[in-house]
Amino acid sequence: MAAAPSRAAAFAPAAADDANLYRRLVLRRQLILAALALALFASLCIDLALGPARFGLDQVIAALFTPGSVEDSLRVILWQIRMPVALMALVVGASLSIAGAQMQTILSNPLASPFTLGISAGASFGAALALAFGVTLVPALVDYAIPLNAFIMAMLTALAIHFLSMRRGVTIETIVLLGIAMVFIFNSLMALIQFFASQQAVSAVVFWTMGSLTKATWPKLGIAFAVLAVVVPLLARHGWALTAMRLGDAKAESLGVKPRALRLEVLIMVSLLAAIAVSFVGTIGFVGLVGPHIARLLLGEDQRFFLPGSALCGALMLSVGSVLSKVIIPGTIIPIGIITSLVGIPFFLFLILNHKKNAW
Amino acid sequence: MVTLTLDRLSARYGRRQILTDISTPPLHGGQVVALLGPNAAGKSTLFRRILGLLEGEGEVRITGTRSERPIAYMPQDNGATAVLTVYEAVLLARMQGRRLKVADADLGEVDKALAELGIDTLAGRDIGNLSGGQRQLVGAAQALVQSPDILLLDEPTSALDLHRQISLLSILRRLAQERNMLIIAALHDLGHALRFADQALVIESGRLVDCGPCEQVVTPQMLRHTFQVEARIEPCSQGRPQLIVEAAI
Repeated sequence: MAAAPSRAAAFAPAAADDANLYRRLVLRRQLILAALALALFASLCIDLALGPARFGLDQVIAALFTPGSVEDSLRVILWQIRMPVALMALVVGASLSIAGAQMQTILSNPLASPFTLGISAGASFGAALALAFGVTLVPALVDYAIPLNAFIMAMLTALAIHFLSMRRGVTIETIVLLGIAMVFIFNSLMALIQFFASQQAVSAVVFWTMGSLTKATWPKLGIAFAVLAVVVPLLARHGWALTAMRLGDAKAESLGVKPRALRLEVLIMVSLLAAIAVSFVGTIGFVGLVGPHIARLLLGEDQRFFLPGSALCGALMLSVGSVLSKVIIPGTIIPIGIITSLVGIPFFLFLILNHKKNAW
Repeated sequence: MVTLTLDRLSARYGRRQILTDISTPPLHGGQVVALLGPNAAGKSTLFRRILGLLEGEGEVRITGTRSERPIAYMPQDNGATAVLTVYEAVLLARMQGRRLKVADADLGEVDKALAELGIDTLAGRDIGNLSGGQRQLVGAAQALVQSPDILLLDEPTSALDLHRQISLLSILRRLAQERNMLIIAALHDLGHALRFADQALVIESGRLVDCGPCEQVVTPQMLRHTFQVEARIEPCSQGRPQLIVEAAI
């Protein structure tokens, strides 16, 4: 009916090399991921080298790749004592960071994390019940009372948020507020426990809530890794849909995504990740919040890069934290939860204040 | 050729009935259909109902397509702030429901959609840093890149300057014919509807009040009754019908 107006030349099909620009962007992101992985390996080696007995990096690498060629003492210290702790830092860091990344994604809120949704607080409450009063939620497994209590309370918190959020009229803002309400409830309950508990029990509770990797063992590491290995592919399967969630529910729906169903499914999966991580090592704050933000600054929010990027950033943060916790005061291992907050937050502020690109 | 027929379509939000008994004759590919109606008449709801996002009585019949997802929908812009480039945001729309691996053909479709809408120069920009009009064009590219048989556009020109409004509607009109695509666009500018649409559907309080060739539907009586404005429709020097609004009633 109508001919295109003369100025519409600007709208006519043009020979574009946008695809090539995009391919370069993808390549740059792959290089960033590779660099993060390399940094992570370096940090892991340094972490393994440090401790009451210091080893050279050459010794560590020899013990890693040719365990038969090194002294027994070195092999035992490295593989039996330090390795579970160092690897736990990676697995827990990756788990918390992925959990935070997906919570931020599905709730469209830059402050969402296992910490702010009350999952960590729930875990602390569960652990405190065991530490202060010997309450075991699964009496058959007394040896694992603390992590099991923590896990059960963390999952109950997540399920409470899940079921409350299914009520009609509950928006994503309400879900975040529910999480904050959970934090306050558990903090009050923790205070109550500490009020009634013995001096010794209070110390144990306080130490647990600081978060420490020294609780790591091979079996615990195996469980945490298994959960991570199951959840990550499930999240990756939803890669395009999760990326679309950041365009808002209306847009995501228009693209065929079912936001409500996806939100609930992902919330359960990442709660599981966070609950396992927190129940084994205690409250480690800020990794779940900051890890994803660093990944977002470096890699954007395409989940094909954002998901592995968040995992690597979280793992790297905690691994570097583990190194720092050993070197700041020689001979003392400072609880890692303190380090991640003290070092992570200024670094995070530096990043967001010095970055011109859209950070959220 | 694709054909869309609405048969006694209803929709409700909770207990509130939004759409009642909407039936249309078959709407054919190659045409642009203007969806007209005052604010809150149920235009966006009708789109969501056609897309299957809302439940309700009645039937949406689509024939003449082999596509699993024949309909693409461009909702009104919500100003999302995701850290994605324009290229990524358009690619994302293409890749929904597909594997994670991106094929060269998919990149080719993204290039084509961006070039068609004249926004290939924006490809590397973050979507959070775009103007409202630019975002609207990106939204159109996200819908086009899905290679749909039926394209539903909710106020696609509301944030565009006059030049871009005319350009976008011209492009859409051409693409409808070239690709045998059925385009249904909710428009507030009835002048644009008269110029670019073949058919018009008019809804008012959730009911279809008129449906037919645009020139027969957009009349002074309809404008007075549905939009509460006094207006004349007169041919311009080139013979095209022009809308001249005199006053709100």
